[in-house]
Amino acid sequence: MNSSDLSVVICGEAGQGIQTVEHFLTRVLKHAGYNVFATKEYMSRIRGGSNSTEIRISSRRVYAFLDRIDIFIPLDKDAVSHLRHRLSSETLILMDAEKIGTQVDVEGYRVVNVPFSRLAAEAGGPIYANTVAVGVLAGMLGIEAGIPEWYIKDRFSSKGEDVVGKNMQALGKGMETGSGLAASSGLNLDITKDSQISDEIILAGIEAVSMGALAGGCDFIASYPMSPSTGVLTFLAEHAADFGVVVEQAEDEISAVNMALGAWYAGARAMVTTAGGGFALMEEGVSLAGMIESPLVIHLGQRPGPATGLPTRSEQGDLELALYSGHGEFPRIILAPGTIEDAFYLTRRAFYLADKHQVPVFIMTDQSLADAFYNMAPFDLSGFEVERHIVETDKDYRRYVITPDGLSPRGIPGYGDGLVVLDSDEHDEEGHITEDLDLRTRMVDKRLAGMKGIEAEIIPPELIGPAGYSNLIVCWGSTINAVREAMERMGRDDLAALYFKQVHPLHQDTAGYLAKAGKIINIESNATAQFARLLKIHTGLDIEDKILKYNGLPFSVEEIEEKLSGILSM
Amino acid sequence: MDARLYDMGNIDIAWCPGCGNFSILTILKDALAELEIDPHDLVIVSGIGQAAKTPHYLKCNLFNGLHGRALPPATAVKAANPRLTVIAEGGDGDMYAEGGNHFIHAIRRNPDITNVVHNNMVYGLTKGQASPTSQKGFVTPVQITGVYVEPFNPLAVAIALDASFVARAFAGDQEQTREILKQAVRHKGYALVDIFQPCVTFNKINTYKWFKEHTYYLDETHDPRDRVAAFARATESERLPLGVFYISPDRAVFEDNLLAYRDNKEPLYLRSTDRQEKLSNLLNSSK
Ligand SMILES: Cc1ncc(C[n+]2csc(CCOP(=O)(O)OP(=O)(O)O)c2C)c(N)n1
Ligand code: SF4
Ligand SMILES: [Mg+2]
Repeated sequence: MNSSDLSVVICGEAGQGIQTVEHFLTRVLKHAGYNVFATKEYMSRIRGGSNSTEIRISSRRVYAFLDRIDIFIPLDKDAVSHLRHRLSSETLILMDAEKIGTQVDVEGYRVVNVPFSRLAAEAGGPIYANTVAVGVLAGMLGIEAGIPEWYIKDRFSSKGEDVVGKNMQALGKGMETGSGLAASSGLNLDITKDSQISDEIILAGIEAVSMGALAGGCDFIASYPMSPSTGVLTFLAEHAADFGVVVEQAEDEISAVNMALGAWYAGARAMVTTAGGGFALMEEGVSLAGMIESPLVIHLGQRPGPATGLPTRSEQGDLELALYSGHGEFPRIILAPGTIEDAFYLTRRAFYLADKHQVPVFIMTDQSLADAFYNMAPFDLSGFEVERHIVETDKDYRRYVITPDGLSPRGIPGYGDGLVVLDSDEHDEEGHITEDLDLRTRMVDKRLAGMKGIEAEIIPPELIGPAGYSNLIVCWGSTINAVREAMERMGRDDLAALYFKQVHPLHQDTAGYLAKAGKIINIESNATAQFARLLKIHTGLDIEDKILKYNGLPFSVEEIEEKLSGILSM
Repeated sequence: MDARLYDMGNIDIAWCPGCGNFSILTILKDALAELEIDPHDLVIVSGIGQAAKTPHYLKCNLFNGLHGRALPPATAVKAANPRLTVIAEGGDGDMYAEGGNHFIHAIRRNPDITNVVHNNMVYGLTKGQASPTSQKGFVTPVQITGVYVEPFNPLAVAIALDASFVARAFAGDQEQTREILKQAVRHKGYALVDIFQPCVTFNKINTYKWFKEHTYYLDETHDPRDRVAAFARATESERLPLGVFYISPDRAVFEDNLLAYRDNKEPLYLRSTDRQEKLSNLLNSSK
C-alpha cells in the first residue's frame, strides 16, 4: 500500500447510495485538507447491477483513474466478482460479514468484518449505513469529528432534528469502528494535509461546463436528456431564475438545436448539451448555423457508440462526427477540455468565440470527465467580461454585407431601424433567397473567410514535461489526466506530452512540436485513432505508436504507464 | 397603418400565376396593418416550401430556417424577446409532416405565437407529391394508385391537445380570412390558422371551385369555448367548416412560465452580462 496515496473503492447496486457516500466523503476529506479525486463507473439502470466509485486521497493532486484498490467496500454480494480483477493481496476489504459474508468468495484476501448494517440499525435504521461507512473511513484516516458533523448539519438539518441526530449516531459508531481498525489493520497511512485545500472547490466536470456556460453569458439552453450530457441542463435549470436563463427540454434534439439558433437570432446566448446519438439529430442545425452565420454552442459529451452504445460509459469516438457534421462547407471551432478547470474556462470561451466569429463552437467532453471531480483552486473570474457582439441596426442594414474579413455585423430583430433577414437558402447581402450563382461563389468565400479570424486565436496545445523531449505523447481531451500521472510516476526526462484542448482548427505550432520528437505516441479513447488521423491531415505525419482503448472505461494510470514503458523500451 | 408599408417593391416572386399564396400574402399584410404592427417588431419564421417563402415577400424580420423547423425557432424567438410579434408560417408538408413533432409540442408549450399554415394538400415545391393533408385517392407521381393513407387532421389534433386557439380559413375569401388572422395574432397564446390554399399547378382536385363548394362558415350557434363541439366540427368531412373552431379558456403562456422572467421582464439581450458576484457565490457554495 502506498502510504501517501490511498485508493478507496465502494461498489454496490444502483440505488444503494454510493453517490451519497462519494459526495459526503469527498467533501469531508477536502475540508480536512486532503487532496481528493472521485470517479464512478455505472451501469445504465436505476436499480440493481454493479456500480462503483473510486475515491483517491492523496498528498499530491490526483485527477485520474487508478486500477489499484487499497481499501474495498463491497456493499452487496456481486461487488467482489465485479471488481475482482482489481483486487490484490494488498487490498483491504471492509465487508459486512453478517450481511453478505457467507455469499462471497474472499479467500486469500485481507478481509475485515465491519458490521455496517448492524451499526446502522443501532443508529436508527438501514438507511444510515452510508453514514456509518463514511464514519469508518473518516475514523481510519483520523479525521476530526467536527468536520463530518458539520456536513451532516449542513445537509440534513432541513430534514429535521431526528434525521440529524440519527446520522450523528451513525457517524459516531462508524468513526469509533474506523479508528480501531486503523490500529488493528496495520494501515500505515501518511497522507499529508494542507490547510489551503480546505478552502478549495470541488466540482465535477459537468458542473464546470455548466458554470463556464454561465460565465460565458449563456442565457438560453434547449436540450433533450442524454447521458452523459444532461447535467448541464439540470444545472442551468436549477439556476435559471437567479441567472436569468431560459431552460427548455425540447421534444427532440432537432427541435433543441433549432431553438438555440432562433434564440441567438433574437439576441440570446444559447447552447445545447447532448451526446453523440442526440448530436447526430442536431447535424442539420450545425449546417444551418453555417449558412446563416449564427453563433451556436454545442456541448457534446461523448459515450461509446455506434447507436445507443454504452449509455453510461466513456469514449472519445465522436471527434470526426463533430468535425465533419453538417452538410456543406463552413467554419467551426472544436474545443476539447481535458481537465475540470479547462472545462470551465473553455466553455466560457466557447460563447465568446461563437459570438465573435458567428460560428458553431463545440465543447467535447466525455463521461469520464463529466462525472469525475477533484479539489482545485477556485476559478479566476477576474478580468473577463462578456462582450455582446451585436449591433444596433440602421434602416439600410444588410445582415450579410460582404466585408474583407468575412464577418458582417450581427443585428437582431427589434434593436435598431433595420430588418434582420436570414435564410437557409443561399442568399444575397440582405439575406433574401437568391440563385445568382456568382453571388453564391462570393457568399461561400465570405463564409470561409471567417476562418482567418478564427485562426488568429487558436488555443495552442499545452506541452507537459521537459521541453527537450525525444518521446512525445499526443492526446486530446480527458486522456491527459491519466497520461500526466503516468508520466509523473515514470519520471523520465525524455518524455513529454502534448495536450490538445483545441482540436479544430489546429494550432500552427503543432507540426513543429511533432517534428522535434524521435518517437510520437498517440493516446486516445477510441478504436481508430481519429485524432492521429487529424494530425496526419494537418502535418502529413503518420503516427505509428498508438495506445487506444475503447471498452467504455477511461484509461487507468497503470495501464498507460505499462503500455508506454513497453513502447519506449522498443 | 397603411398595408403598403409592408410592400417590398418590385421583387421577383417565385409563385405560379393564380396561386392561392398571393391572396394569403395580401391578407397577411392587410391584417398586420390593421393591427398596427410595426415591421421592426415583427418576426416571421418559416421553413421550406412554396408557402415558406412568404416572409421574403413582405417587409419584416425573418428567419427562413430549415424544412419543418419553423416552430422551434419561433418559440425560441418569443422566449428570448417576448416584445416581438412572432408568426410561424409554412405549408402543410412543412408543418404537419417534417415538422409534425414540433407542431404537437408547440401546442403543448403554448408560446404566444401565430402559426399560419398554407394548406394546399400537396407538396408544391417538390412538384406535386402527396402531403399529409392530401385526400384519399389523390394521384401523384409517387402515389401512382392514389393516396391510401388517412389524411392528417390538424384541427382535430390541435383541439385534442387543447390548443389555445384553432381556426381554419380559405385563401379565396380575403375578408373573412383577414378577420380570422387578426383574431389569431391578437390572441395571447399559440394560435393555429390553417388556410386552404389552392395550388393551381399540382392540385387539380382541390381547386378554388372545389374549396368554395366544400366549405361553409361556422355561425353563432357554434361556441368556440365548447371543446367537444369544436372537435365534432373539426371531424366533419362532407363540407369543411371555416372560422374559429376553438379557444381554450385556460392555457398559461409558455414565456410567462419561464423562470428567466420571474424577476425580470426585459428581453434577454437587454440584460446585464455582469455575473461576477453570482458566480463567485456559486463557486463558494462548491467549497
Ligand atoms: C430535410 C428536407 N427534406 C426535404 C426537402 C425538400 N422539400 C422542400 S419543400 C418540401 C415539401 C413542401 O411542401 P409544403 O410544405 O406543403 O409546401 P408547399 O410547397 O406546398 O407550399 C420538401 C419535401 C427539404 N428542403 N429538406
Ligand atoms: S406550385 Fe402550387 S403552391 Fe406552389 S406556387 Fe405554384 S400554384 Fe402555388
Ligand atoms: Mg403544401
